[in-house]
Amino acid sequence: MILKQRKLLTIVSEVTIENRLLKDLERLGAKGYTVSAAHGKGPRDQRTGDLEGGNIRIETVVSNEVLEQILEVLEQNYFPHYACTTWVSQVEVVRDERY
Amino acid sequence: MALELAIQNLISPPVLAFALGLLAVLLKSDLRLPEAVYQGLSIYLLLGIGIKGGVALSESTAAEIALPLVGTLAIGLIVPVIAYLLLGGLTKLDGINKGAVAAHYGSTSLVTFTAALVLVESSGYTVEGYVTTLLAVLEIPGIVVGLLLASRALGRSVNWGEAIREVLTGKSILLLAGGLVLGYLTGTSGYERIEPFFGGLFTGVLTLFLLEMGIVAGRRLPDIKKAGFGLVAFGLFFPLISGTLGVAVGHLTGMGVGGAAVLGVLSASASYIAAPAAVRLALPEASPGIYLTASLGITFPFNLIFGIPLLLALSEVIEGMGF
Repeated sequence: MILKQRKLLTIVSEVTIENRLLKDLERLGAKGYTVSAAHGKGPRDQRTGDLEGGNIRIETVVSNEVLEQILEVLEQNYFPHYACTTWVSQVEVVRDERY
Repeated sequence: MALELAIQNLISPPVLAFALGLLAVLLKSDLRLPEAVYQGLSIYLLLGIGIKGGVALSESTAAEIALPLVGTLAIGLIVPVIAYLLLGGLTKLDGINKGAVAAHYGSTSLVTFTAALVLVESSGYTVEGYVTTLLAVLEIPGIVVGLLLASRALGRSVNWGEAIREVLTGKSILLLAGGLVLGYLTGTSGYERIEPFFGGLFTGVLTLFLLEMGIVAGRRLPDIKKAGFGLVAFGLFFPLISGTLGVAVGHLTGMGVGGAAVLGVLSASASYIAAPAAVRLALPEASPGIYLTASLGITFPFNLIFGIPLLLALSEVIEGMGF
C-alpha cells in the first residue's frame, strides 16, 4: 500500500497573526501549508480584521509528533487571546516524505 | 458660520455616502464592496494622498515645515497620555485596555483626514502642502506611547519588533511615504500627467470608499451598547479635546486657518487600520471589542459628521482672535 497515515491540521484564525502563525508552523516542523481566505463566526467573535481581510484558514499535513508540538504552542500562545479555532483529521497521503 | 459649515459638510457626497452605508446596515442589507475593490480603492487613496502631498512638499521650504513638524510630534506624544488619563477617570478599563485605546487615539485616521481636506478646500481655504507629511509623522508615535503605557500593566515585555514592523511595512505607511517621495521627485510637471486620475476622480473614489466605511462602522454600532457610558462619552468628547489641541498647535506654529483645522482633525481622529493591527500583535490581552468600537464605531462617524466642521469653525475663530 503506498498510502501512509498522517494528520491534517486545520486552523482558522484572524488574518493579523497570519505571519506569526506560519512562522511557528515551520519552526515546529511543518513542511508546507495552504492558506485561504475565510469568513464566519465563532463563540468569541472578536477580531481586528474586519477591515483588512477577516479570517484565514490554514491547512497543513503533519506527522503525529509535529502535530503534538504545534498544538502545544497553539494552546499556550494563541488560544487564550486570539480568535483561533483548530481541528485535526486523519488523512492518507502518497509520497509521505513530503509531510 | 459653524452651522453653515456643518450643513455643507453633511450634504457633501462622501458624507452622504457614509450615511447610506450606515442605513444599509440598519436595513440589514447584504451590501458590501468586494474585498478586492476595497483594497484597490484604499491603495488608490493612500497613494493619491501621498503623491499630492509630495508635489506640494516640493514647493515648501524647510523653514516653513520645521515648527509644524515639531508641533505634530509633540501632539503624537501628548495625546495618548491625555487619553490614558481621561480613560482612567471615565471608565473602569484596566491599564492594558486603556493603553490600547490610547494607542488608537494617539495615531490618526487617513480617511477622516481626507474628508477634512475635501471640506476645508471646498470652503475656500488653502491647506499647506506639507500636511500629508504631518499625517505620516503622526501615525506612529501615538501607537508607541500607547503600547508603552499598556506595558506598565503587563506582566511581560512587549514584542516591539513585530508590532513596529507591522506598522512600517503595512500598506498605509509604505504607500503614503512612497507617494510622498514619488510626488516630491516628479514635481508639478510630472503630476500634471496623472492629475485626471489622482485629482479629478479623487472625491468620487472617496465617496465610494466611504460607502463601505459606513457599512463597516455600522456593523460596530451594536457593540456600542456593550461598551458602557464612559467609553461612549470618551469617544465623543475626546476628539474635541485633542482636536482643539491640534488646531491650537497649528496656529501657534504658523499654519493658516485651513492647515490648522486639518491638523486639528489629524489629532482628533483615531486610527482603525494601522493601530489595531499593531495592538493586536503586541497586546493580545486587550479587547478589540473596546478599542475598535471606540475608534471605528464612535469617534470615526462623530468626526466625519460633526468634528470636522466644528474644528474648522474653531480654527476660524482662533484666526479671528488674531493669533
